[in-house]
Amino acid sequence: MVVQRLLPTEEAQELLGLVRDIAARELMPQAAAAEEAERFPREVFRTLGEAGLLSLPYPEEFGGGSQPAEVYLQVLEELGAAWSSVAVGVSVHALSCFPLVHFGSDTQRKTWLPDMLSGDTLGAYCLSEAHAGSDPAAMRTRAVRHGDGYLIRGAKAWTTHAGQADFYTVMARTSDDPRRGVSCFLVPADAAGLTAAPPEHKMGLTGSTTATMHFDDVHVAADRMIGEEGQGLAIAFAALDSGRLGIAAVATGLAQAALDLAASYANEREAFGKRLIEHEGLAFLLADMAVETETARAVYLSAARLKDAGLPYGREASIAKLVATDNAMSVTTNAVQVLGGAGYTRDFPAERYMREAKVMQIFEGTNQIQRLLISRQLTR
Amino acid sequence: MNIVVLVKYVPDAQFDRHLTGDPATVDRSESILSELDEYAIESALQLAEERGGPKAGNRVIALTMGPAAAATAVKKALQIGATEGLHVNDDALAGSDATGTSLVLAAAIRSLGDVDLVLTGMASTDGETSLVPAQLAERLRLPQLTFAASLELDGTTVRARRDGDTHADSLEAELPALVSVTDQINEPRYPNFKGIIAAKKKSVATVTLADLGIQAAEVGTAGAWTAVRTAEARPPRSQGTIITDEGDAGIRLVDFLAAQNLL
Repeated sequence: MVVQRLLPTEEAQELLGLVRDIAARELMPQAAAAEEAERFPREVFRTLGEAGLLSLPYPEEFGGGSQPAEVYLQVLEELGAAWSSVAVGVSVHALSCFPLVHFGSDTQRKTWLPDMLSGDTLGAYCLSEAHAGSDPAAMRTRAVRHGDGYLIRGAKAWTTHAGQADFYTVMARTSDDPRRGVSCFLVPADAAGLTAAPPEHKMGLTGSTTATMHFDDVHVAADRMIGEEGQGLAIAFAALDSGRLGIAAVATGLAQAALDLAASYANEREAFGKRLIEHEGLAFLLADMAVETETARAVYLSAARLKDAGLPYGREASIAKLVATDNAMSVTTNAVQVLGGAGYTRDFPAERYMREAKVMQIFEGTNQIQRLLISRQLTR
Repeated sequence: MNIVVLVKYVPDAQFDRHLTGDPATVDRSESILSELDEYAIESALQLAEERGGPKAGNRVIALTMGPAAAATAVKKALQIGATEGLHVNDDALAGSDATGTSLVLAAAIRSLGDVDLVLTGMASTDGETSLVPAQLAERLRLPQLTFAASLELDGTTVRARRDGDTHADSLEAELPALVSVTDQINEPRYPNFKGIIAAKKKSVATVTLADLGIQAAEVGTAGAWTAVRTAEARPPRSQGTIITDEGDAGIRLVDFLAAQNLL
């Protein structure tokens, strides 16, 4: 089903048309096979890059599309409905560009951003560690002053695009200060000592490569530090606020895809002499799925509009991430239920959608962390 | 160089194409740029880019004939990379057949002055007659290289390969020429977001039959050489015959094929 969207400009309308076209012709036909084969579709990102879809939220002067979050996120939603792994990759790429765009110096931005926003390159974001997921301040990866730069040593877990990316935005400890002990670095993929561990064997999003990145005394020039020394955690949290909206949009797309699949099945499949949709038990289940999907969309768009207006949106981004991913879990689980036995087989994408939804409740801050963040804002 | 690409606005094959109205005609409410024309646009853009692109004075003009909505096909071509558009729009054009269409398109191309190359798709995805490229070449007195699966331009010599079932033809002509291209010739690009924004600033000229010096009676239903007497939807597929093997399936299969005059 084509989602009815309110878009601020005519160019945004046409952008969404382009995205739907590419999604239908390039993403949907190969998503199931690539996921089954656990194959990272680098060429799909090239197509998206050529179409200008990898740099939409960032400034035109550096090669971006200068689109508001309200538009960029609806693009992500459409991509998420077609192929979650790819949409997550687009969101992670945007996340990895965020620190340089918002905290880099003019010289740094002029030097590296055009390449990062060209559509030819892909970024990765290194924050989590094996023992420091929800609590990144506990990180142990260190960047030690060495000559004209830093030596980074440690390991970063759960890195999306590990080994595939062209650049890595890395948070590493530059002092033991609990609050200002972490700094942000932009590390090129070909830096000596930077290697990717074998990919994780995941439950879903198997078309997206996730692995630990090892930093074995990786030398990084001092001018590759983004922001001030010690500003890393603040940068990481700001990037995550924005990234959470991306994941909310992707989860909404995934829910929409599951709803469309289930509704289409329920309109055709018959039981007891009538179509499934004519059985109230399933019709109401489908109605609830539509409600959850539309709610997710409304909540992330509401947060996006705050962001576009330059207002604080961190709390709303957490709420959007929480609502959209919990709803996606519910909608995809119920899509399997509507399809019944067929939904449990790999012949239909319902079970894959359900596996893909699960991780969205975990990454970019677990949904328990989102509740923590939301409740902190209520604490006087 | 100046390249004209024909672009047609046709019902979207991704949707359920169906007949509507009385007399029945194809429902054109969900229409797009004909996918087969995207290959011609891609060929045109590649040739223009090899010669330095628009900055070196290479023009790719997207030409369409059709009602107001057909401007969508021109706009898409501009978003993909054509440099300008020409849209022939006149109420009298409704019902034109291939002959009327080629008459109008030939006049439109003549109105553009010096044109080095006319590129078209191998057919439209609605009418599928493949008549217009050949008729157009005749009217413009241009050499026609049709169904090109490859295309190269060497100075003023255009070379194409036409793939047949048993052999391939190597075709060659001097510019100006007309080439129709197949869906094997290239991988058409998508528009990009910057192209979408840039397209707004590109010019599209809209002309009428009077501007082209064509009488209304020469075109449209009145001027058509062919007429569709009736149109009806294809009947749903019947279930066919299922042969269950009880030891004689081979014989029954042969009997069936013989009865259909297939053996």
